[in-house]
Amino acid sequence: MTAPRGAGIVGLFPALTVAAFLLPIVAGLAGTLLPAFGYLPAIGGNALGLDPWRRLIAYPGIATSVITSLSTGFAATLASLALAVAFCAIAHGRSWARRIGGFVAPVLSTPHAAIAIGVAFLIAPSGWIARAISPWLTEWTLPPDVATIGHRSGWPLVLCLVAKETPYLVLMMIGALHQVPARGHVMIARSLGYSSAEAWLKIVLPQIYPQIRLPIFAVLAFSLSVVDVALILGPGNPPPLAVLALRWFSDADIGYYFPAAAAASLQLLLVVFAIVAWRLAEPIVTSVARVWIVRGVRRGMATVSARAGFIVAIALFAGSIFAIAGMALWSIADAWRFPSALPTTWTLGNWSRELASLRAPVSATLLLATAATLIALVLALGCLENETRARHHIGTRALWLLYLPLLVPQIAFLFGTQVLLVKTGIDGTLAAVVWAHLVFVLPYVFLSLADPWRSLDSRYARTAASLGASPSRIFFRIRLPLLLGPVLIACAIGFAVSVGQYLPTVFAGNGRIATLTTDAVTLAGGADRRVIGTYALLQALLPMLVYVAAVTVPACRFARR
Amino acid sequence: MTRGRTELRFCALVLIALSFSVFAEDMPWNDIVAKARGQAVNFNAWAGDEKTNAFIAWVGTEVGQRYGIKLRQVKLRDTAEAVTRVVAEKAAGRDALGTVDLIWLNGPNFLALKAEHLLYGPFSAKLPNYRYVDTTHIRSNVVDFTIPLDGFASPWRRAQIVFVYDGARISDVPHSMAQLLAWAKRHPGRTTHPSVRNFLGATFLKQALYELAPDAQQLQEPATDANFAVQTAPLWVWYEQLRPLLWRHGEQFPDNGPAQRQLVNDGEIDMMISFSPAEAAVAQAAEQLPSSVRTVVFDGGTIGNTSFVAIPYNAAHKEGAMVVANFLLEPSTQARAQDYREMGAYTVLDVDALPHADRALFDALPRHPALPTSAELRTPLPEPHPSWMTGIAAQWERRYTK
Amino acid sequence: MGAKMGLALQGVRIALGTHRLVPPLDFVVAPGERVTVMGPSGSGKSTLLAFIAGTLDAAFTAEGRVSIDGDDVTDLAPERRRVGILFQDDLLFPHLSVGENLAFALTPALRSRDARRAAIARALDEAELLNFAGRDPATLSGGQRARVALMRTLLAEPRALLLDEPFNKLDSQLRHDFRRFVFDHASTRGLPILLVTHDAVDADAASGRVIMLGA
Repeated sequence: MTAPRGAGIVGLFPALTVAAFLLPIVAGLAGTLLPAFGYLPAIGGNALGLDPWRRLIAYPGIATSVITSLSTGFAATLASLALAVAFCAIAHGRSWARRIGGFVAPVLSTPHAAIAIGVAFLIAPSGWIARAISPWLTEWTLPPDVATIGHRSGWPLVLCLVAKETPYLVLMMIGALHQVPARGHVMIARSLGYSSAEAWLKIVLPQIYPQIRLPIFAVLAFSLSVVDVALILGPGNPPPLAVLALRWFSDADIGYYFPAAAAASLQLLLVVFAIVAWRLAEPIVTSVARVWIVRGVRRGMATVSARAGFIVAIALFAGSIFAIAGMALWSIADAWRFPSALPTTWTLGNWSRELASLRAPVSATLLLATAATLIALVLALGCLENETRARHHIGTRALWLLYLPLLVPQIAFLFGTQVLLVKTGIDGTLAAVVWAHLVFVLPYVFLSLADPWRSLDSRYARTAASLGASPSRIFFRIRLPLLLGPVLIACAIGFAVSVGQYLPTVFAGNGRIATLTTDAVTLAGGADRRVIGTYALLQALLPMLVYVAAVTVPACRFARR
Repeated sequence: MTRGRTELRFCALVLIALSFSVFAEDMPWNDIVAKARGQAVNFNAWAGDEKTNAFIAWVGTEVGQRYGIKLRQVKLRDTAEAVTRVVAEKAAGRDALGTVDLIWLNGPNFLALKAEHLLYGPFSAKLPNYRYVDTTHIRSNVVDFTIPLDGFASPWRRAQIVFVYDGARISDVPHSMAQLLAWAKRHPGRTTHPSVRNFLGATFLKQALYELAPDAQQLQEPATDANFAVQTAPLWVWYEQLRPLLWRHGEQFPDNGPAQRQLVNDGEIDMMISFSPAEAAVAQAAEQLPSSVRTVVFDGGTIGNTSFVAIPYNAAHKEGAMVVANFLLEPSTQARAQDYREMGAYTVLDVDALPHADRALFDALPRHPALPTSAELRTPLPEPHPSWMTGIAAQWERRYTK
Repeated sequence: MGAKMGLALQGVRIALGTHRLVPPLDFVVAPGERVTVMGPSGSGKSTLLAFIAGTLDAAFTAEGRVSIDGDDVTDLAPERRRVGILFQDDLLFPHLSVGENLAFALTPALRSRDARRAAIARALDEAELLNFAGRDPATLSGGQRARVALMRTLLAEPRALLLDEPFNKLDSQLRHDFRRFVFDHASTRGLPILLVTHDAVDADAASGRVIMLGA
């Protein structure tokens, strides 16, 4: 990060930003890798050795665990990519395509854990889908003994991940489209006889791929090492590797720390391996694709598959909405047993009962999200302003750096970070958790601000400068007001990311800080669905409200003029 | 003659002075209560049961009003999380001002902490209400999994294995593990047990072990290579037949008790194991189970244990924690805890030995058709030595985790 | 399918809301004929081309019929109309080589690798770029890219050619050469050309009818 520095404090921002999130990751990785080789003096690990790895390999289900992680991770990534591509191919040029952002906001802003809880209720054999079609269609009076949640293959886990990641990739693709003359190219290709979808797939997708590569890797890393969704939907015996690591970290037998650290390190290796493998596969896929592109087929399997993918994406989206709706219903239900399609008795008692115990997690959630988002915003704006003043563009290496928190599995460094925090005495404080959230909020805020910032017409600033305005004046009076919309959206995104964090809150907060998400995941382990419903609904509502505010505030401002 | 008397008086004075100094080492209870005022106690307790959470909230209100203590429940997904926390703090050298003041635990978690000298104590004898605890009939109040407590934990609530079933769906109720297998053959997929990693799940196997082991007495001793295979052989023979007949063909298990209860409520299973004799009654009142559920206690006795509260060695608010522990042993608190409308946790106190007014509280507790009588509960079987459970759990993982 | 009758517009009217952009147009461009459409900015020239190509934005309302060689294409999707279009940006696909750009336009009916390579070579030869098949389009000069763009359009065997100010980005000498190039190739193939421009020199060089819009 040898970016030329602008003058004054603005020049400090890149360094500050890097310190803010690089430090916990590096320290955390060290704090996890060392115990993986047996070094943790506090509990008697004084010598480096391979014993933790031996114990890891000796675990009876370790092979299955690793294979489950790899298969669900790759399946989820490939499926979301395919669906996102299909969706964009079909949506290109349509009139409603412009409003996609608004449509997918509810699903995007809902934390993974909340969607997972909702999906769990949808697909369980005694769940909503089964209830809706029983007994009139299926003649079931008792739920069938069929495994869905916790199935060995992990398909419910993949399903939920795809439901959340597809809209994310769609948004990333739409963002990348601005850099490419997509409309013109598609028009040319259509004049040559290609269908719109075929043209998009053959001409636009290859061009935007380099820009969506990092988001794809983020999805891959997340799917391989996700913990909260795997806890709720994934197989348990044995679980995916990241969950196994978490289990061992929390085991009463302290000696399990070492194989836990080894498992977490193995998780890191898996992610690195997956990303490298994907990168190596790219040239192969590219050469095959090239042959396909120039073969000249105007309207073939690609168009058909794109249509099918589009429908599946819509169905998944509807499923996500139903998942949230199911939780909303549970929050106001009293008795709701199989096979009733709707609650038999309703009540507001769930909310009134929970109000007292909700106050703390809700205020903690709000506080953390606001703090993390605002700090991230300041840092991101500072870095962007520095970039503008120094007239230097953030390079690819810096971009990888920014993506680092999204690529390194959380389980691989958060334990080490906890040790660091305990040593410095700030563990369990709100500040520590804010910092932990900041590490993940920053990349998203930065990335969502970067494009709008750079595409802001530089002539405004130049005109203002020629009128005698100082750089700070330009920043506060010209750029910021013009970018109010994107800034608010970035805030909404950062807010949503913070609300959804699970492991960072658990580790950095030492369990003393309870948020909606940590409580929801705790309760999802089988307590009353009515209670779970209230928590899940709130998890979904809070970020959505912020998002709605972010979209309507600028509109109001301009409407009044 | 006068000299002898003076010497005698001098000796008496010295003795009295010595005895005073012995007592001066222990802080009198009133001082502890005074020091506790204003403290914020972090009570780390498993939060998977709403009723327990609500009860702890009530305790918080009461100790706030009476003793000026701010009680905070740190909600745990698993008690082991608190153990990890104390260990991490010790690893970082935090020997005072620890973030965990009081932990609700039993069994393996207690043993882990006690073995590593991570607990504060002995303290239970200091609690005035400790005299009410039944230490004669209920051995689990003093000995936890064959390890003596030595005062490092204070009892809170009792648990005993029962089976809860939906009376509307089944009429042929099994009364032993052997009968359970026969029942499962007739109703495949309609029962299960929590994952063996979970305490309740492991106890399912322990209960079966008690019934099926050739010599149950040996279970009180540590397991050895010699007798482990012999004692557990019949258990595995029985389980091998049972597992394919379980819910999801024994490939998947609910994570814990409440998850299992949800399965009964959803109609996915008809019969479940429970550690709480009042679970059926409590859950019905909260609409967590249908009103047709009943409780059965297996013939031959079932395993019972006590769960405790313990104080980590580095707790920041030890006095507050002790006051809370004492309040938990208050007869009115214990009676309220046992009320199935509140929490339905059976008391650790010797009810018959209580003063008349306190005993009346227990007599006045409401009845319910799903509540087992004390005659049905009989004397609980003591928990086996922990080495049996770790051994069985490890074997189960080896056999069934692939 | 019918005999070559060129490009015919009947009663074409385009409006944006209440604002009438294109007045009723009725004309025919015969095969090999060049018709120029001129007018100030915003007068609807490009919109007219978009209507004929089938890519008119939904914000516009349009009436009238378009037919090519006797076939009414007004309701057909753009990819079925076989109308070639050239913009002022050559819009060569940057991820494909020059040869691959051209291959993209070839019909899939031409299966064998050799036949396809031969067709591409022929096209490059006509553009005087014979050994450029493997080149990255970004390494070509503006004039060369424009020639490749035209050959690409022609390889798809369109029945009409629409030119949306394609000479704008070229300097005057290149402009002259490229203009000649386009007109020659189009007339060789007997294609009707509809040229949109604001430059009178282009209109003169086209030496055909001139339709004024927005005057």
